[in-house]
Amino acid sequence: MSAPAGIPPRPAAAPGGARAPAARPRAPPCRNGPVQSQVHFPSGYSLNPENYSAPSTHYPQVPHEAIPSQLDNQYIADYHSACYSVPAQSVMTHSIGPGMLNTQQLYGGAPHPVESSGGLLQEAVSSASHLHTSVPQSYSAMSSHYISSTSSSVASQGFPLSSGHYAMPSVSSAVYPHLSYPAMSIGSPYRQVLTSQSLPAVGQFKETNAFPGQSTIVPRTLQQQVTLGYNSTSWSTSDFQSAQENLSRNHTGSVAKASNQINTVGIVDSSHPVNQNVQFTKPGVETSVSSVVTSSVRTPAADHLIEPASVPSSTQPPESLLQEAIDSSSTTSSASPVTNNYDALEGGGYPETDSATSSPAPPPQISRNTKPFGYGYPTLQPGYQNATLPTSAMQPSNPGHQSGFQQYPQYPGVNQLSSSLGGLSLQHSQQPESLRPVNLIQERNILPVSPVLAPVPNLNSDLRKLNCNPDSFRCTLTNIPQTQALLNKAKLPLGLLLHPFRDLTQLPVITSSTIVRCRSCRTYINPFVSFIDQRRWKCNLCYRVNDVPEEFMYNPLTRSYGEPHKRPEVQNSTVEFIASSDYMLRPPQPAVYLFVLDVSHNAVEAGYLTIVCQSLLENLDKLPGDSRTRIGFVTFDSTVQFYNLQEGLSQPQMLIVSDIDDIFLPTPDSLLVNLHESKELIKDLLNALPNMFTNTRETHSALGPALQAAFKLMSPTGGRISVFQSQLPSLGAGLLHSREDPNQRSSTKVVQHLGPATDFYKKLALDCSGQQTAVDLFLLSSQYSDLASLACMSKYSAGCIYYYPSFHHSHNPTQAEKLQKDLKRYFTRKIGFEAVMRIRCTKGLSIHTFHGNFFVRSTDLLSLANVNPDAGFAVQMSIEESLTDTSLVCFQTALLYTSSKGERRIRVHTLCLPVVTSLADVYAGADVQAAVCLLANMAVDRSVSSSLSDARDALVNAVVDSLSAYISSASNLQQSTLIAPNSLKLFPLYVLALLKQKAFRTGTSTRLDDRVYAMCQIKSQPLGHLMKMIHPNLYRIDRLTDEGAIHVNDRVVPQPPLQKLSAEKLTREGAFLMDCGSIFYIWIGKNCDNSFIKDVLGYPNYASVPQKLTQLPELDTLSSERARSFISWLRDSRPLSPVLQVIKDESPAKTDFFHHLIEDRTEAAFSYYEFLVHIQQQICK
Amino acid sequence: VLIVPILFIIAFDELKTDYKNPIDQCNTLNPVSYMIKNSSLFTFINNFCYLVLPEYLIHAFFCVMFLCAAEWLTLGLNMPLLAYHIWRYMSRPVMSGPGLYDPTTIMNADILAYCQKEGWCKLAFYLLSFFYYLYGMIYVLVSS
Repeated sequence: MSAPAGIPPRPAAAPGGARAPAARPRAPPCRNGPVQSQVHFPSGYSLNPENYSAPSTHYPQVPHEAIPSQLDNQYIADYHSACYSVPAQSVMTHSIGPGMLNTQQLYGGAPHPVESSGGLLQEAVSSASHLHTSVPQSYSAMSSHYISSTSSSVASQGFPLSSGHYAMPSVSSAVYPHLSYPAMSIGSPYRQVLTSQSLPAVGQFKETNAFPGQSTIVPRTLQQQVTLGYNSTSWSTSDFQSAQENLSRNHTGSVAKASNQINTVGIVDSSHPVNQNVQFTKPGVETSVSSVVTSSVRTPAADHLIEPASVPSSTQPPESLLQEAIDSSSTTSSASPVTNNYDALEGGGYPETDSATSSPAPPPQISRNTKPFGYGYPTLQPGYQNATLPTSAMQPSNPGHQSGFQQYPQYPGVNQLSSSLGGLSLQHSQQPESLRPVNLIQERNILPVSPVLAPVPNLNSDLRKLNCNPDSFRCTLTNIPQTQALLNKAKLPLGLLLHPFRDLTQLPVITSSTIVRCRSCRTYINPFVSFIDQRRWKCNLCYRVNDVPEEFMYNPLTRSYGEPHKRPEVQNSTVEFIASSDYMLRPPQPAVYLFVLDVSHNAVEAGYLTIVCQSLLENLDKLPGDSRTRIGFVTFDSTVQFYNLQEGLSQPQMLIVSDIDDIFLPTPDSLLVNLHESKELIKDLLNALPNMFTNTRETHSALGPALQAAFKLMSPTGGRISVFQSQLPSLGAGLLHSREDPNQRSSTKVVQHLGPATDFYKKLALDCSGQQTAVDLFLLSSQYSDLASLACMSKYSAGCIYYYPSFHHSHNPTQAEKLQKDLKRYFTRKIGFEAVMRIRCTKGLSIHTFHGNFFVRSTDLLSLANVNPDAGFAVQMSIEESLTDTSLVCFQTALLYTSSKGERRIRVHTLCLPVVTSLADVYAGADVQAAVCLLANMAVDRSVSSSLSDARDALVNAVVDSLSAYISSASNLQQSTLIAPNSLKLFPLYVLALLKQKAFRTGTSTRLDDRVYAMCQIKSQPLGHLMKMIHPNLYRIDRLTDEGAIHVNDRVVPQPPLQKLSAEKLTREGAFLMDCGSIFYIWIGKNCDNSFIKDVLGYPNYASVPQKLTQLPELDTLSSERARSFISWLRDSRPLSPVLQVIKDESPAKTDFFHHLIEDRTEAAFSYYEFLVHIQQQICK
Repeated sequence: VLIVPILFIIAFDELKTDYKNPIDQCNTLNPVSYMIKNSSLFTFINNFCYLVLPEYLIHAFFCVMFLCAAEWLTLGLNMPLLAYHIWRYMSRPVMSGPGLYDPTTIMNADILAYCQKEGWCKLAFYLLSFFYYLYGMIYVLVSS
């Protein structure tokens, strides 16, 4: 029944009834089932015969199972041998030089006096960065390996803690072969590496051996930024940033330590903002380093001190790599295609800023032992303070620094306070900045000029330094109230905002045979546990005392024994473990991708197929995965078409199943094929697909049956299903009817149909979730498609949802461009399979509700079939028992997933927050952005389960309640004015913005799908993106200056002040940029300066600017350059590249723009001032 | 006429334990292995779905019996619960099969607490009414 090639692509219809139950074809020869037709390719596609040859490349087959560690090396080598610059592992002094070339590393060890005669050099730190052209996931590997190279001397282990410990080099790496220490967070850990205890004894030893105790290790880590995924050209170059720390120690009796952080910049892709911090640190660092070097190095080690960052990563020291080095370097790829400059921003720089901010702390504080629970850091020698000096010294020299790094604010009040008090509770003698009362009604300019920063928990500086990055883990209250009663009094929501799988630029990856966890609550050991003595630690969540396993006593970082508190697990609040087979129920699954494409008339007309196929073709090699990666395609209209891509076929075969009531798979095994083996067939199919259905007249859409088939196809392995749908499903299971009444769009009354119409998609999602399959939905429709029902398939299977209203490839180029960009990110971003996430918290706290896309499997466990780096989660917490017996609470999320390379990994984040007893402290620690995001999530739930107006009332009440509670608690304030603490001064503004957000607005015409999509986004976006959606940033861009500009990759990025979102700020003479997260609007006033239009937009005058302009031309003028660098800087800070839309004052699109000016009055909603007055009235009631 | 509540209570006790166990199970689920026994929650939900409707039907059946027997007082006592059942079933989440509980929302702390409380209240009610029926039956036997 196969159609001869040459006839129209598909047979008109398949004999649906042909399938006899018994004849369900299970093997290709059995043709009486589904129709098989040869896909006919337009001639152009068949011209490349050579491509039909079997895949020539050999892909090493790697055993499925947990790969034993020995295999690891092999495994990795297979994959990465091509281009990765291996962490050179220096074993002996003399071997170091050349091998290190590409690691761009400042060897931490540099300052160590190394005596070649002694024959031991001890530091092998290296990091590798390998960017792959061939592997989709580029590895930003930073690994530093601490392998003690043994000298000729004793190979003994288990040293006593005393001076003998300097003999440590002899502990060979073999002892702990699997510990890799990649990318330690730069600052703090290393400074504390040494204990002073052994120093005196060793003095002599050191002198002779030139082996500083500390020489034990100084790993530095290279951190690297991988090209942003969007920039494929840069894959092969070494484009990374290396951040290193230098621990230099001078062992002359007095312990003088200098620790420097160094960032050397690689050739960085010009679009990387990453290096902005780098820029400024560089000069200072280099000088300081070199001085250190000169003073302390007495060996050839200097050779590799500073390597030019530009060494191409392809140079590879072939033999100098130890196995472990390979191992570690490959396992440490933390952030794969780091498309996210945003992350790069903080990820790359934070430890540094951190240390910079903390460095001003007075010396006494550093050595003070304020750790709770008796946790004592090793006493820090006086030298420690010296160590921080260079860093702090750098700070003044970089004016751009703070402004560029908004993530790490300096909160002068809190900071100072905590540093002077040791910081567990606020003192009222000095009112912190965050409590300064602000009169909201009088304060005209409530919006700060620079972006709002996350508040820093009021912890002592040691803990603060160790705490989790607020971009990954944020709490709405950085001071946790002691009791539920106090929380109720404060009327603020308590919850966590998580972005657990964020692209990180540096992440310590630990390969250890035992993962140390609490025996009763299974908490992973973290920086906030307390060590009771050498052998025991006390869990910070359940307070159980646990033993420290033998292996944990050894610190591969310092190669010393008996210092469990210096292990990377205890020095970093974000770590990743390579899990053993205990963490698997089955062998790690391969990456499996299935594409389910709508090919009905509607879809073909919209022309999305070309974009999808083209984009997939371009990114086929970058799909994350290993040699086992599998891929498949299913298309559907009123029937379901499968594609046999079995290796060896001359061209793809289409198999049509028209029995949509009882869908079955026409062949069991050749529909999902190995990507590498059948690559040519896949390419042929992708080239042919867009043209295969051009003349289709089929308008029906059998989405439900296609999904059932997809589920059957995926259930043996699990993986990812990407569904592209362009209309309301109209056939078979899961068919939907239009529920929207267009006349009700702008109704201020009841908005109905926010919930699903059928539970078909939910059930399907739960089935998929059970089989570790996630469904991602791309909805590209021009009419109502009942997203509320369709979205269920992604919501409960941990997928993601993209919606392109009125998509058309030529009529709506903005959406087409957006789809293209989103797809690029979608195909290349990191992915984790068969994941589960558990959130643990200190006893007394409990989890109330989860928000996000997942299935909740138990009270603290989320089942995530797939996890992607753009997914955010929110968690509501409640306080069940009062927290009287503790001064700190901790939250820990552990995300267990299978990487695309088939490794089981656990990413652990730990956040530590202080407990407070007074209401004022609770307000002082409120994180208004997190609170608003959590409220938005709660409001979505409320509007689905109850009604939209309920949700809106609840939002307003949240503001009213919290502010009135504050006013009544602060007795000295006048009751009649509307006062808010400084920490909450933006609360009313943000809530007003939420009320005017598409999801919650009333009175303005909003299509139901748009509204539902906005709700889906609120539920699944991480905080940073959500905030831009709620409250866009507005900048004036026609007069950009270099004042306060920051430097990124040799480019100057101007930093215009934020404008408030009000038409009063818009002048006809100006041009404004609004950053709404997923879209940028540039609004041009009527009388806009002609020079701006000419220099930036490239048109002679205002009248000649076209209505639909989506790009800024590259003009060689200063103002154009500034505008473009500013926009690309904003763009780089988020994973989904936003589209740009230029709006003229009179263009119809300007209503979109004006909807975002939330401080203004609209017919249906308050202006900001009116809203404040309204709140005040409510309070006074 | 009055003996059947025993069955009812047993069924409901079963229900109760069925209800309690998986939750505890989930709470204390051996955290060592991260991979959860996938089935526990699902089976729980399914069991529960199958038990809800019978419970309601049996209760409705009893009300009909009381009506036939003209036991007005007993009927009056049971009417509120019947009304509650009807309301509860009308306002259940969108669902194609019979059932009341949505596996995706059951883990929400509020809903969970509500369901648990509901279970205890009903258990108490059934227990009391069981003894009342028993008393009624014996009273009838003795007096006749």
